[in-house]
Amino acid sequence: MKIRECGESMLLVELEPAIDPVINERAILLAARLRERGARGVRDVAPGYCTVGVHFDPLQTDLAALEHAIQMEYTAVEHVDAVADREPIEIAVRYGGDYGPDLAAVARHAGCSESDVIARHTQRTYRVYMLGFVPGFAYMGRVDPSIAVPRHRVPRGRVPAGSVGIAGGQTGVYPVESPGGWQLIGHTKQVMFNADRERPSLLTAGDLVRFVPVVAV
Amino acid sequence: MKLSALHVVKPGLLTTVQDLGRFGQQAAGVPVAGPMDAFSHRLANQLLGNVGDAATLEITLIGPEFEVETDTAMAIAGAQFEVTCDDRPVPIGASFTVRAGMRVKFGRLLQGARAYLAVADGIQTPPVLGSRATHLVSRMGGMHGRPLVAGDRVPIVGNTLPRTPRKTAGLTLPTKGRALLRVVPGPQDHWFEHDALKTIAGVSFRISPSSNRMGYRLQGPPLPRVHDAELISEPVGPGAIQVPAAGEPILLMADRQTAGGYPKIGHVISADLPLAGQLAPGDFIEFVLSTRQEAVAALIARERQLLRFADLRDAS
Repeated sequence: MKIRECGESMLLVELEPAIDPVINERAILLAARLRERGARGVRDVAPGYCTVGVHFDPLQTDLAALEHAIQMEYTAVEHVDAVADREPIEIAVRYGGDYGPDLAAVARHAGCSESDVIARHTQRTYRVYMLGFVPGFAYMGRVDPSIAVPRHRVPRGRVPAGSVGIAGGQTGVYPVESPGGWQLIGHTKQVMFNADRERPSLLTAGDLVRFVPVVAV
Repeated sequence: MKLSALHVVKPGLLTTVQDLGRFGQQAAGVPVAGPMDAFSHRLANQLLGNVGDAATLEITLIGPEFEVETDTAMAIAGAQFEVTCDDRPVPIGASFTVRAGMRVKFGRLLQGARAYLAVADGIQTPPVLGSRATHLVSRMGGMHGRPLVAGDRVPIVGNTLPRTPRKTAGLTLPTKGRALLRVVPGPQDHWFEHDALKTIAGVSFRISPSSNRMGYRLQGPPLPRVHDAELISEPVGPGAIQVPAAGEPILLMADRQTAGGYPKIGHVISADLPLAGQLAPGDFIEFVLSTRQEAVAALIARERQLLRFADLRDAS
């Protein structure tokens, strides 16, 4: 574990540089412990795949004490060697056609039929590694390697809210209309983020997700 | 508290409601947003005796025109615009009283890029997740998550008590579209060739036209990397200078995403980010290497500067 300074207002805690459920679990637990600890001056704590960002007010924070707190909390999570068992959250998706304009291209790339792509996308349970890009956007993995199509070289200017996409080994849902380069294979009506809800984001880092196909009517 | 409004006659190029930002939700991917020049934002509030995170209007390059629907006090800090209130000039960096029905009009921009218009007790758009800051990409906060448009009625507090007139020298704005920004190396400066930090500190970078509140794309010499590995996306903070494999470095500004996958050669110190906020596309940035100690000392100096305003009644 390394603690790196990002300017004078942020520390980045690096666990091991890997996309791995267990390391990600440690990062999520470490972030939660630091948030709970509420060290003086800390304004925000956010986990990445294998890192934790600690944002603080440098005029309110004793840096040595904060680094010590991080070390202490890390000892409580460094031996975690399994992910917590969770009930998967189901997301209903309409695949293909206008809902998933890139489904045919993904099928061509994978050398299979569109229904094979749907089957491969829906058979896995995905882990939410982190959120970012826009509020409620969850980076989920790992996608079946046969359909892990890279993102578009030139992003679309407008991707509708609810679009379900693939980018290499990752899959995700666009919570708001935004520009985006992911391969769009479907669409969900589920609201990924609503600031007025008690839990604004449908998904949290560490959640498990299954996509369930809906037959378009 | 009775609400009144600023009626938007002309919205300007990009006028948004901002407070000091939306903290505590970055784990859910919620960006902080907030003012591009937080110093001038706070100063405008300070001139009115508002709390520092009261919401102001961030005014960009081409200013708006308002009809004020109540008696209130205002203060403008940051970029030097020619501003009038019912055709009489209004000073930048001083508080002034406005009567119901008066028109506040931003004219020519003389220096800087962004001005902050504070009103007594702050702009009263509803807070979203604890903040009134507008984040444009996620359409959150301020006036429905978007810049002001003609016809908007921006909520403010009606009939506020008169404020003690105050003035201040304000931020020393960049001249000739150039700013010198101090940079603390890291966290991935070791990903770049040995001379990259010298390169970055030795030249001028031009702010590309495809820059916005999220970040400034910087045109300049290449910054070769030692290796080609992909960085696994990680949380990012303000002032990060991230460098895509083949492309222009990006200085992350107020509307930055919460995480990013490009290595960061360094971070512009917080005390200098307000200067960056006073630049526009086509302007130039020069970087100079700095340290954490210097960054904190500079921030303390900024705090002192914030308190340095004069009472206009004593200034005759």
